[in-house]
Amino acid sequence: MAVRPAAIAVAAGARPRAGTWTVLARFARKKPLGAAGGALILVMLVTAIFADLLQTHDPIATDATYTLGSPSAEHWLGTDHLGRDIYSRIVHGARVSLIVGVASTLLGSVLGGIIGLLSGYIGGTTDLVTQRFLDILQGLPLLVLALVMSAALGPALHNVVIAISIPIIPRAARVIRSSVLTIREMQYVEAARALGVRHVRIAFRHILPNTMGPFIVLCTAQLGSAILVEATLSFLGLGVPEPYPSWGRMLSVSAAEYAQKAPHLVLFPGIAISLAVFGSNLLGDALRDTLDPRLRGS
Amino acid sequence: MKTYVVQRLAIALLTLLGMSMVIFTLLRLAPGDIVDILFSTAGYVSPSEKQAIMKELGIDRPYWVQYLEWLRQIVTGDLGKSYRYDLPAWQIIRPLVPVTLELAALSTLFAVLIGVPTGVISAVRQDTALDYALRVFSLAGLSMPAFWLGMVIILSLVTWFKWIPPLSYVGPTEDFKLHAVQFLLPALAVGYRSSALIMRITRSSLLEVMREDYIRTAWAKGQTGRIVIWRHALKNALLPVVTVIGIEFAFLIGGLVVTETVFNLPGVARFLVQAILWRDYPIVQNLVMFIAIVVILSNLLVDMLYGVLDPRVRYGS
Repeated sequence: MAVRPAAIAVAAGARPRAGTWTVLARFARKKPLGAAGGALILVMLVTAIFADLLQTHDPIATDATYTLGSPSAEHWLGTDHLGRDIYSRIVHGARVSLIVGVASTLLGSVLGGIIGLLSGYIGGTTDLVTQRFLDILQGLPLLVLALVMSAALGPALHNVVIAISIPIIPRAARVIRSSVLTIREMQYVEAARALGVRHVRIAFRHILPNTMGPFIVLCTAQLGSAILVEATLSFLGLGVPEPYPSWGRMLSVSAAEYAQKAPHLVLFPGIAISLAVFGSNLLGDALRDTLDPRLRGS
Repeated sequence: MKTYVVQRLAIALLTLLGMSMVIFTLLRLAPGDIVDILFSTAGYVSPSEKQAIMKELGIDRPYWVQYLEWLRQIVTGDLGKSYRYDLPAWQIIRPLVPVTLELAALSTLFAVLIGVPTGVISAVRQDTALDYALRVFSLAGLSMPAFWLGMVIILSLVTWFKWIPPLSYVGPTEDFKLHAVQFLLPALAVGYRSSALIMRITRSSLLEVMREDYIRTAWAKGQTGRIVIWRHALKNALLPVVTVIGIEFAFLIGGLVVTETVFNLPGVARFLVQAILWRDYPIVQNLVMFIAIVVILSNLLVDMLYGVLDPRVRYGS
């Protein structure tokens, strides 16, 4: 069910059965910006996994004797108002951002995907009612919805994930539904139906795998905005709670207060957020051009 | 056309009704209520006293009664009373609206002023270094958190120009120059972000139009590039851009929430965050509902405008 790189090659109009490396190299040559984005995401992934090895200090250990320190050989990116090492906090923040970003994107996309699949496949009144309900969810600005949700659920890591995933559901459902609508009418689906294959099996085994292209594009694009919303929620004090070091919270009130004395407090976490979101946006754009033929050239 | 408008209005009303239910339910999921928060610093509060306050605020009644009461208030334009400030909600919200509207309008203006020209240049110079540079520029805008961009703008002004932003809001009649500066910077921070979407749509839509026959005709007639692009192509390419500006509005509000906070502007969006933190139900409910109404109306308006701008679009047939 998972889309193998070979499937990407087919979608790109290349010869089938090319090796993984060949495919990646071709992607990098044709979409240098996309490859750069992929590399950024890879760096973030490695940082998140090996955060414990990459850290130079304990990210939550305070040091009253060395607060608001400038970047130095000891503290590469300086220290914050409590004397915590900013570099180590950013490294660990990658873990929090990625966990929240990936988890909420997957949760929202899978839930939305299933809703879109069923609503598109069943059609009729079910589809109509579902669409109107999705209209309601989509009408509210993403951030406002996430704000209300996370305030309502209370500050906890899993609640932030839920709060961010809810606004993704209607977007995912729309994308999957529209591709289901075209695939549903294809002859091989008719053939499967004629053979007496059950509806659930047709929907999940025959139609779903063919919606994977747009689905992957959607996930990549949503990852960026999920990371951004997490940072914003944490900035406003409604996101990931202490003691997790979160990029957004590193920028909150305390950072603004000391910004003038220690600009590195504001600069580095913001650069980390921007690079992560930038990477997933670049990759998402390139994947959309490659995997979604209908949007090619746009 | 007339039936189409009526139809759309009916759907919009139904959507708003659904939204009101979603908003109402979401806010009731919250652990802890206003009474707990109001008295969290007071230490012990006797249960009977708490009961009395809940009764006074009307939150001891069943949820469906509260919901119907809220609907009645919306319809009659009575926005209820703020729990925290003990003032009518409208009285608190009203002075905040112009601030947010001004910021939203300025941001949209910046977004269009940055987005459309960069989109056009990018399309005309497709796949050149300039195109790549402009696309990276716009994508960068989409990637930077609006609040961070605001902080960096303030920080660089303080560092290089020794300019310190006014700590409180300055009205346009008090000191127009200060007022303008106070609004232009946050509008730039929000507008840059929004310009990315407009730039992308302008680019792709212009690229599509440039492939049309009538453009080839214009070239064949020997028109100069400038006239073909700005007079012939852009006119039609801008239609999808108008739609995006409408959709953009919902997107913009997210940017305003944090930007108003960073720049200390007393607008609706900043107040929303404070009200959420206070669990001030009437204020949050009404503000989110207000945002929903504005979003729905702007989408509706854009759809109507689309029919006026493009004679090929005919509704209701």
